Amino acid sequence: MAELAVDKHVKYILAVEKNKDSFESVVMDHLRMNGAYWGLTALDLLGKLDSVNVDEVISWILKCQHESGGFSGNIGHDPHILYTLSAVQVLALFNKLDVLDIDKVATYITGLQNEDGSFSGDMWGEVDTRFSYIAICCLSILCCLGKINVEKAVSYILSCKNLDGGFGCTPGGESHAGQIFCCVGALALTGSLHYVDKDLLGWWLCERQVKSGGLNGRPEKLPDVCYSWWVLSSLIMIDRVHWIDKEKLVKFILDCQDVENGGISDRPDDAVDVYHTYFGVAGLSLLNYPGLKAIDPAYALPVDVVNRIFFSG
Amino acid sequence: MHGRPRKAPKPEDEAASSAKAQKLRALQTQFFTFHHNKIYTKEAVELSAKLLEINPESYTAWNYRKLAVEHYLNLPDCNPDSIKSVLDDELRVVENALRQNFKSYGAWHHRKWVLSKGHSSIDNELRLLDKFQKADSRNFHAWNYRRYVAESMKRSEQDELKYAEDMIYTNFSNYSAWHNRSVLLSALFEKKAGGFLLKEKVLPEEYEFIHQAIFTDPDDQSGWFYHLWLLDQTVTTDSPLLASSWPGHGSDVLLVGDRCYNGSAFSPFSALHSDSGSFPIVLYFNQPVGGVNSSTVTVECGFNKNEDLFWKPLSASNSQTARVWVAHLKVPSSDLHSTVEVSVGHSKGIISTRGFVYSHPSMFSFKVHVQPMERDSSQVSVAENISLREENFKVYGTQSEESIIDSFDQLIIKNGHETTASNWRFEALAKEIECFRELLSLVDCKIGKLTLARLLKAYDAMSYPFANKLVHSEEVLELYSDLMKLDPTHYQFYKDEHSIVLLQKYKVSASSAICDPICLRLNNLSLSRMGAFEKLLWVQMLDLSHNELQSIEGLEAMQLLSCLSLRNNKLRSLTALEPLRKLKSLRILDISYNQIGDQSIDTTRYVCSSPLSHSVGSELNRDETVTSDVALINNWEAFFIFKDFNLNQLDIVGNTIADEKFKSVLVKIMPKLKQLDGKLLD
Repeated sequence: MAELAVDKHVKYILAVEKNKDSFESVVMDHLRMNGAYWGLTALDLLGKLDSVNVDEVISWILKCQHESGGFSGNIGHDPHILYTLSAVQVLALFNKLDVLDIDKVATYITGLQNEDGSFSGDMWGEVDTRFSYIAICCLSILCCLGKINVEKAVSYILSCKNLDGGFGCTPGGESHAGQIFCCVGALALTGSLHYVDKDLLGWWLCERQVKSGGLNGRPEKLPDVCYSWWVLSSLIMIDRVHWIDKEKLVKFILDCQDVENGGISDRPDDAVDVYHTYFGVAGLSLLNYPGLKAIDPAYALPVDVVNRIFFSG
Repeated sequence: MHGRPRKAPKPEDEAASSAKAQKLRALQTQFFTFHHNKIYTKEAVELSAKLLEINPESYTAWNYRKLAVEHYLNLPDCNPDSIKSVLDDELRVVENALRQNFKSYGAWHHRKWVLSKGHSSIDNELRLLDKFQKADSRNFHAWNYRRYVAESMKRSEQDELKYAEDMIYTNFSNYSAWHNRSVLLSALFEKKAGGFLLKEKVLPEEYEFIHQAIFTDPDDQSGWFYHLWLLDQTVTTDSPLLASSWPGHGSDVLLVGDRCYNGSAFSPFSALHSDSGSFPIVLYFNQPVGGVNSSTVTVECGFNKNEDLFWKPLSASNSQTARVWVAHLKVPSSDLHSTVEVSVGHSKGIISTRGFVYSHPSMFSFKVHVQPMERDSSQVSVAENISLREENFKVYGTQSEESIIDSFDQLIIKNGHETTASNWRFEALAKEIECFRELLSLVDCKIGKLTLARLLKAYDAMSYPFANKLVHSEEVLELYSDLMKLDPTHYQFYKDEHSIVLLQKYKVSASSAICDPICLRLNNLSLSRMGAFEKLLWVQMLDLSHNELQSIEGLEAMQLLSCLSLRNNKLRSLTALEPLRKLKSLRILDISYNQIGDQSIDTTRYVCSSPLSHSVGSELNRDETVTSDVALINNWEAFFIFKDFNLNQLDIVGNTIADEKFKSVLVKIMPKLKQLDGKLLD
């Protein structure tokens, strides 16, 4: 079986961070904050977070904060809840949450909760359970979850529960592994997993594993390394991960590496990117691959970072 | 980011990419100038359209366009025609963007936003949707948008059902269409009063429909989950029922006052040793319910006032619903023989999590005998390990009919509620069983075996209260064994199902002439999961050693447990022990030779009421230290799990985590512990 080419991936991630001139990079300009979270968390899991200049990263992050308290995907762009979470997560990685005016960030997020408990992504009102997860995860990291109406947030998420045990982006929306991760994660963080039918959802999730050993995101779709995170972390949070073949999944992820140039792709022999590199490494961490830091399935941050937030003396 | 082949970058590619990048960056820079300066001229807005055509994911541009639209709509000289033209432009830009990427969240949301301004017709939107859904029938953005349009323009459920049906007939492998169908049908089931009638007619038709999908290509998953939903709709009685209780109806409970540790005190074995001066009444429902309290459950006995009883749900965190509820009856220390009557649900209030009211009041009664023990003048001494002695135990196995003791079934509440209204359920199941047997005779497929197993289990469960035995267990066990070989990727899933059926199947046989057993041996059965708890509420001493348990989910129901062995299993974390926190009588625990500490990923961290989840009144004070030298951060799992235990004896050897340092932490967390790994503590 192939091995994880740690050094190559570290080099790849650092190179992506520096390369701002390719077309791929410009086209992803607006979500650089997400990219920072993917790249830096992957580096931390690989034990190489110290390869980057902390101060540069933090100064850039703070330049992305707006008056409203929210963060944009990059300098010049509008604020959005998606990038606010990534910003907070990156600061947590570096143990620099104290550079934040926590009330300001919390105000931005609480302002996005709607009457029915759902969350909008920004002032323009798109509603999606992804944003429910983001709000709950973000405020949880900042230890002020009580500032939103948790009960209503939970009941909105439950209204998106489907008859197959999964969750969609809005009520009636088809079950999709990404949405399931968000809803299960949000329920986990609010101590509400007892609302999940773990056996029913567990079976739906474990049937994402296809013959090649990879996981897809919903029935009759192709496997993709990013589902090694969305599906796997969901299975772990509901304690059903033993229902898949973990070894076969490890092999699939390792087969998606570009062992020469570094990076991981969605499927073997496809183009690599930092998104799939992160999810591949995070997936391997969840599968207890040796040499990687343990990652928390709900916060999507290393376990020692989460413990530090909750138990620091 | 998805589905692009890996290519070695060639210099001419890099140059082209760089040129494209520069062009896009120039466009972006110009756009930012307009956006930050709130410039909404025609050219400025056109530029944003160009940007979005190249990169529909550039979300700030969609925001800008909304601001531009609002700017125009607020101009003094705007009129219906100019408004229409402005909004038409937006719809055109969205269509162009969707052509580039029909999964763009920004594009779809922008269209919704434009629609909210009151423009476009339902026909127009459906036409657009049809185009996209034909191009990709699984595009969930399109389906979501379709549901939005259908609702805001009040399209009927029947029309939408027809659309889903048409999509399915075009291609059975359309999970999205089946999903939509299930959403529409449930809404219809809910709307109609007397839902049973509708289900009786609709479900057989849906079964016919889904068979076409499953039988055409058994390996295609699109129909599997829909069929499971149909099965659930067929068997689930809406109203919750009381499945079992402890004490069981007609039983005798002998309470012995004090705990002693020499062997003779354990005889007679029907005695419940209570060192707390009380004993539990356990109610086990067939689904999670709320609203169990002293108004909805009345306990009549001479020595306790009903209003003083406090019913607790046995569930994680602060949930007010659970399958298992318990209340404790305080027992006087004097000699006592008394009858207790428990009435459940005679007044309304018990309600399932699905919202259905408990509507079949039931009653059970039992006798309580209190026998105070003579106290030894010396303190309680622990002269020897409590051994799980052979003769104490009921052996689990297959005995002949004659020696079977239906002690399990004493606990099962006989519900005489099933009337002829449920015949359609049996008919539907019988028909499905026949269909799937036929399928399996033609092709040896996974979904055939799994569905047949589920159908047979459902059939038995529905007939069980009357038939008093599980007719199909052997066949079901064989099906799961087949599946473990046929689909090894999901081996553990089938193993878990197999374990539960195994537990439900067997009856206990007496190995001694005791009427009411208290001990049960379930070792060496390759159990990977526990279940059948409704039958096991009577157990005080349980031997689960030498199995493959990696979870003890549900064990909190066994409220009488005082002695538990989980030796030689596959428990991987301390948090997996959480169900034991609810076992207030547990004094002896053996978790030796498990795998606690082997792995760094904890799969029960969130299913237990972990302090990492922000449930209200989270139990752990984060600034606490166990003692001045034991930091919480390194041992929070141990602290969280063990601090409320009242153990006398613990075995933990053979786990990676159990080094001397950890054992000394445990001793600090549990000052009342008398024995650890066979060593007496002072």
